[in-house]
Parts: sequence; structure tokens; C-alpha cells
Amino acid sequence: MEAKYLIIGSSHAALEALRAIRQVDAEGSMAMLTRDVHLPYSPTILPYVVSGRSPAERVILRDEAFFTASKCTFVGNTTAVGLDATAKTVTLADGGSWRYDKLLIATGAAPAIPPVPGLDGVSYHVLRSLDDAQGLRKAMGTARRAVVLGAGLVGLHAAENLAEAGLAVSVVEMRSHVLPGYFDAKASTRIEAAFTEHGVTLFLGRTVVGIDGGKGQACTVRLDGGEALETDLLLVAAGVKPVVDWLAGSGVAIDRGVLVNDTMRTNQPDVWAAGDVAQARDFHSGEQALIGIIPTAVEQGRLAGMGMAGDSYVKPYAGGLPVNTYRFFGRVALSIGQAAAEGGGEVAEHEGPGYRRVVLADGRLVGYASVDEPFDVGIMGELIRRRVDLSGCKQDFLDRPLETGRRLMSEGWR
Amino acid sequence: MGTAFDTITFKASSCDGCGKCMTACAEAKQGAARISIVPGTKESSFELAMCRQCGDPKCVMVCPAGALAKDDGSGVVQWDASRCIDCLLCTAGCSYGGISLDSHTARVSKCDQCDGDPACVKACPTDALQWVTAGSVFNKYGDKEDMFVPGLSGCQGCNSELIMRHAMRKIGRNSVLATPPGCIPGMGSVGYNGKTGTKVPVFHPLLTNTASMLAGIRRYYDRVGRKDIVVMALAGDGGTSDCGFHAVSGAAERGEKVLYVCVDNEGYMNTGMQRSSTTPFGSWTSTTPVGEHMRGKSQDAKNLPLIMVAHKCAYVATASTGYMEDLYDKLDKAVEASFRGFSYLHIYSPCPTGWRIPSSKVIEACRMSVDSNFVTLWEYTREGGLRFTRSPDRPIPVRDYVKMIGKYRHLDDAQLDHIQSRVDEQVTLLKRMAAAPAAEPAVI
Ligand SMILES: Cc1cc2nc3c(=O)[nH]c(=O)nc-3n(C[C@H](O)[C@H](O)[C@H](O)COP(=O)(O)OP(=O)(O)OC[C@H]3O[C@@H](n4cnc5c(N)ncnc54)[C@H](O)[C@@H]3O)c2cc1C
Ligand code: SF4
Repeated sequence: MEAKYLIIGSSHAALEALRAIRQVDAEGSMAMLTRDVHLPYSPTILPYVVSGRSPAERVILRDEAFFTASKCTFVGNTTAVGLDATAKTVTLADGGSWRYDKLLIATGAAPAIPPVPGLDGVSYHVLRSLDDAQGLRKAMGTARRAVVLGAGLVGLHAAENLAEAGLAVSVVEMRSHVLPGYFDAKASTRIEAAFTEHGVTLFLGRTVVGIDGGKGQACTVRLDGGEALETDLLLVAAGVKPVVDWLAGSGVAIDRGVLVNDTMRTNQPDVWAAGDVAQARDFHSGEQALIGIIPTAVEQGRLAGMGMAGDSYVKPYAGGLPVNTYRFFGRVALSIGQAAAEGGGEVAEHEGPGYRRVVLADGRLVGYASVDEPFDVGIMGELIRRRVDLSGCKQDFLDRPLETGRRLMSEGWR
Repeated sequence: MGTAFDTITFKASSCDGCGKCMTACAEAKQGAARISIVPGTKESSFELAMCRQCGDPKCVMVCPAGALAKDDGSGVVQWDASRCIDCLLCTAGCSYGGISLDSHTARVSKCDQCDGDPACVKACPTDALQWVTAGSVFNKYGDKEDMFVPGLSGCQGCNSELIMRHAMRKIGRNSVLATPPGCIPGMGSVGYNGKTGTKVPVFHPLLTNTASMLAGIRRYYDRVGRKDIVVMALAGDGGTSDCGFHAVSGAAERGEKVLYVCVDNEGYMNTGMQRSSTTPFGSWTSTTPVGEHMRGKSQDAKNLPLIMVAHKCAYVATASTGYMEDLYDKLDKAVEASFRGFSYLHIYSPCPTGWRIPSSKVIEACRMSVDSNFVTLWEYTREGGLRFTRSPDRPIPVRDYVKMIGKYRHLDDAQLDHIQSRVDEQVTLLKRMAAAPAAEPAVI
């Protein structure tokens, strides 16, 4: 089989690349391969599949008709296992292969499994695919107790699902606060309190020393403090790692993810990478980093697609900004940029019914986070990206960030 | 033809921050207002945060639930409450505060343009918010058959081609068109090498006899029973207000059933930018140069449409390409009136080459001319009298408009004051006419 444009993966980065390619090249042959058996959906929606709020058939982002209209061959249930960048060929688990002119690596990330003694001997859940979500939903129906390893986005979303379903939930996190990197201690403390109020037991700054198997799905999780958490359901949510195993020996340069330049090109000719799999420029540090969120996957996918189709309007990637829009028990926590940074910048915290934390450096916004006090995340992101000088309106900005941000964007637009 | 969309526009300079739009929105939507007016940097200036219904919406791209989509028909970015999982990622995608958390419902909300009848616009007392339907207008006529050859050679940025193509799309094949000497035939509409540049019968009369020839053609069609033919001219201001004026005046006085469209670019631009009687005071032209003795044109412009009102035509109107929906409305009425009597439509159309403005600023110039009352938009019928169709409540100083146009660059304060006083005078007169009760219909 062959295609001018071959896209491996069918999630956010892949779909944006398709769109960008078709904006310039309406006809060039295209194929999208994915190891998933389902039509495209977002991993982000999975907690809502677990809770039952989003029925599995309603989470599909693009249907068959879309692929027909886009003149793209969609091939599900197909795993890429190798790449020969010289022969421009991708090999598949079923023995088949695809030749390409331009290749996009958009294989995203998969759950990272920590080296915990005993973990390989028990059955546990992860949450990254639709099948994972349906499996977890099913298991949740019969279990009474659950242990979640990891208090990142995935772990907390799942813990909430489980608690709301009536299970007794414990969350174990190595670091001292939930959602590290996105929120400072004050913000995290508010989020932690909500979990505690809803009956979730948090073990923060703690490590799992071992896991013992039990009957069926049951097991016992032993912590460094000597506690033994008996559970019917174990969920591992200890972060993710880019899916790069299939690129071994291909010559594609890999650090933690696939290394890409500012147009999402890899070191191999006619091979691009985008999304959670790619290690691209970080806006703040300028280094190549992993930022596994939808906004960066979308932006990188678009740039890669433009490059693949030879779109002359492609502009170099400005770098990814961490963004987190998090709902917990109906409440809101938001974060963008270097919002949890300590030192270096100027920090203004404001605590009332809600909490906000503004980080400035050189009179410019570099990070903003809040809990129970919504703000326009996109506007703050633009102020950061454009490095807008706030020295003329700093007090206004600190006192009334929402209004001032809206004003600046409205004025800047004209 | 691509799809254009209707839109809500905001003119910051007209907004006085009353907040009525926000109240109206909150009431209409029974929740938080989806439009937000915030104080601007300058004293009593205001800014807007609202969904711009982007063509390339980032909120849609980042939504993990497929809950947002741009509607192909209306252009509105629609939100599907049943699919939304309340993750707020869309708020990270938007740079304008156009989609945000409504604290009443704890869900996102965004402007949906009230299905084409926006409550905020209706509540705005200063017209800072407007509902502009130029999009539907373009779609409607963009789909119709084009009556000109492709590749008319107008100057870059010139609106004449827009006026010609869209007017003829609307009027259609049942028409006979006169294009007297000027830019319009000059850019190729009459044709080359024995072939016409239009799909309708077109001819190139003299500057002096356009209206007379049309009168004859109409009478012939009437005689043979073809009452459905629009007999019309697309003429310039020189041919209409100067050398062809006697013919226009005569045809109007006799009530000839003709549609006469004058595209006014304030001079004989096609032949090298000479002055005409509609060239405004102070303008540089090649015959009113700027030097030691002359400082541009020393006479005021003739107000030709007002003169046509004095002829008691079946219909007289002024229009500008800055406000296409207004123009289209008038074109409809003008065509209809041309079956009853003389119908005169005066369209102001800046000349980027002769006026010395960048091609990208032409529409802005059109708008500023209306916003400053330099150009007034109104219509007249014998039954209804004179009526403003669009007039600024708080006109901007004429200076602001004049400043952007190269042909006025040399003006001194006295000249600027003169222009302003003439504009004010003109508006006062028109307002008196508009306020007066309509004249008794003339009995013919
Ligand atoms: C529970 C959960 C909650 C999240 N919440 C948020 C959030 O609130 N905000 C946010 O911004 N992000 C969130 N994320 C992260 C977000 O979903 C990812 O950043 C995003 O999905 C990345 O998109 P991607 O296209 O790079 O790759 P992925 O979504 O990881 O998709 C990878 C694709 O590649 C395919 N694939 C992988 N390997 C192969 C192979 N060898 N052969 C063929 N196909 C292959 C997969 O089938 C899949 O189609 C969340 C993730 C999870 C799991
Ligand atoms: S809040 Fe709703 S509309 Fe916005 S991105 Fe999330 S799911 Fe989509």
C-alpha cells in the first residue's frame, strides 16, 4: 500500500494535520493508520465515559463520511511496528507495509508503568483508550474499594469518578501535592481539600513499596509508612510516556520523545512528528520538552500538516505552554504558563473566596493559575505568548485581571 | 463562490459603556451575558470581549468532545450542550474571551448571534453594535450569474468592479446597459475586438447623450411590449454632472423610465484625474494642482443627488460600498422605480489611484466618509420625501476622514474648517428636508 501522506495515529495531532494538509492539497492520496479499533476520539473524554456521562458512541470526533469527504483512507486496528526512513516504508504488526512520500508520527503517549515490586503479578487498570475506559467502568460496578497510583490529571479524574460511584478511594502520590507543575501548594491544597471532603483518602509524598496479589482483582498496596491498602480495583496513573518503541532502529532521533525542530520535522527527511509523542520547543525554556496536552498536540499537528503539504504560510513554532483547565466536583482550577514557579519572577497571590496567582517577569506575564476564580485562559495565554508589556497597567492587571486582559486583547486586535 | 456570513460589528468610538447590551444578552439567554464591555485605556473609552465566530476557530480544534463546530450556513460556532463535558479547554483556545464559564450554569457559554436577530444590537442605543448582513447579500448575489468578462482591468482596490458586477448580477440578463466614457468602459466592460465585455447588450454612448439614448431605447421597448427590460447606465460623475448633465436633467424632467447609476469617484480619473463638478473643495487633481498659487480645488462640489431630488424623480438615493446592505436595498428600490419613472442612484466610490490612498484602505475610507457626514446616505421618493438610511449620531470630525486621503494632504486649517462648515451646512439642510412632511404626490 502507499500514500503521499501517511499519518500514524488518529487523535488530536493527526486530525489537525489532516485538516492542514487538505487546506493546501485537496487531492494528494492520504492514509491514517491507528492501532485503536475505534474511529477517532480524544483520551481527554475518557473520564466522562467512565462516569457514564458520555456514552461511548457519542465521543467519536470524525465519522466515516468525514474520511470519505476528506479523501483519506482510515485504517483502524493496525499497529505500526517499524519504520525504514530510507525506503520510506512503515511496517505493520500484521506483516503489511505502507510506503509514503511524507510521514507524520502522531502515536501520542501511553501510560507509564512504574517499577513497583509486585505490580506485574496483579491485574490493574490504566486509562488511555476507550477500551480502558469501558473496562474501568465495568470493574467499578462491582468493586467497593479502589486505589489510584498517581495524582496527576488522569489519576484525579478517575479518583473523582470512582468516589462519585460510591467506592472508597485512596490516591497515592510520590510528590507532596496533587497536580504538581500546574499549581502551587496553596492552589493544590484547595483541590486536595475537595477530595478529602468527598471521602477520598490522599497519601501525598508517599511511595508504594510493594503490591501483593489477592483473590481475583483484589490486591494489597503497601506504602512506605507501613500502611497496607486493601483494594478490589487498582488504577495506575503514574504519568505517560511517548509511544516511540516502534521507531527503534529507524534512525529517527529520540530523547524521551521524538525530537523535532520548530516546523515539527524530525532528523529524517520527510518525517514529521507532532503531539504527545514529540519533544518540541518549550516556550519558557526554549529547550525541547514533553508537554502532553491537547493545545500543543493541535498546534503541532497543524504545523506538521502545513509542512507536509508545502504550505508556504507555515510559521515556526513559538514553543508549547503548559495549560490545564481542570474541573473537580463541579469546581474550577485553571493554570497556564509558569504558574507554579517559585523564585525568579514576581508573584502576586490573591486569596478571597477564590484564589489566584499571577507570575510576572520583566513586567510581562509568564504564568497564571486560579482555583474557584475563573479567568480567560486563552487571553492570558496570548499575553504570555506575545510577551505583552504590562508595566503601564500592572496595578490594573493585578486588581482586575479579567477586565484588563479582555481590554488588552480587544485593543490589540484593532 | 465562497460563503460569507452576517456578523455583529462593534465600533469602539461610538460605545458609551452603558452596558445595555450585556443586560439584554443576559435576559435573552437567561444566564451570564455573552458579550462583555470593559473600560478601555483612555478615559471613557470601551472595549469588547465576545465571540468573533472565527473562520479558523481554535476553540473547536481543541474540544475533546466534538461539542463545538462552525456552522456552514450561518458561520456561527455552535455549542452542543449535550456533548460538552465542561472541560473548559475551549476557553484556552480563544484569544478574545469569546467563550467563557457562565457561573450561573457552571458551563461554558458563547454568543450564538440569537439566530440572526441579536438582542445586544437591538439594545445598543448608540449603534456601536450593529448587525451587518453584507454576508447574506454577498452569498445571494455571488451565486447569481456574473454578467461581465473575467479580469476587468480596474485599479487595485477600486470598488467600481464590485459595484458593476454585483449590480448586474442582481439586475440580470433582462437589461440594456450604457457605459459612457469613464473608468467603467475603460476597464473592459464594453469589450475588445468586436466582442462585448458583458453578457447583456452594452453600448458606449457619448458623454453627452447617455440619458437621451436610454430614453429612446426604453420607449422602443415599451412600444414592442417588452416592459421587463431594465434600461440603465453605469456612468461616472463627470459624464453625469458635467458634460452629460443636460441629457440627465432632461430625461429626469420628462420622467423617462430609466435607471441611472452614477459611480462618483470625484473627478475624471480615467483620463488623468482632472477635476469635475463633484470634486470636493480642496482636492488635488491634475487640473487643480497644489503649488504657490493654487491649493487644490477652490470651489465646492455640486450636490448632484440633491439636484436630482429637485427633479422629483421616481427615486433618488445615495449609497456607499462601505455599507453594502444599504446599497443593495437601494438598488432593489431603484430598479423597481425605473419601471415607473426616472430612477437615480448615486454611489460614492473612492479612487485609490487618483485620491492617493492605499488599496487596502478603500473600504475604510468609505466608512469614514459616512461616519463624518462627508458622505450622507439617504433616499428620496415623491411619496415618502427624503429619509436618512444611515447617519452617525456622533459624527467624527471631517478632518479624521480627510487625513487618510493623499489628495487632501496639503490642506491648511482654514481649508479644513471650510470643508467642515460645508459638511455641517449640507447636513442641516438635509435634516430639514428629512424632517419636513412628504410632499403631496405629484399628479402627472
Ligand atoms: C484521562 C485523560 C485526561 C486528559 N485530560 C486532559 C486535559 O484536561 N487537557 C489536555 O489538554 N489534555 C488532557 N489529556 C491529554 C490529551 O488527551 C493528549 O495530550 C492528547 O490526546 C494528545 O494527542 P495526540 O494526538 O498526540 O496522541 P494520542 O491522543 O495519545 O493518540 C495517539 C494515537 O496514536 C495511535 N497509536 C499509538 N501507537 C500506535 C502504533 N504503534 N501504530 C498505530 N497507531 C498508534 C493511537 O491509537 C492513537 O490514535 C488527558 C489525557 C487522558 C488520558
Ligand atoms: S467545555 Fe465543552 S465545548 Fe469547551 S472544550 Fe470542553 S467539551 Fe468542548
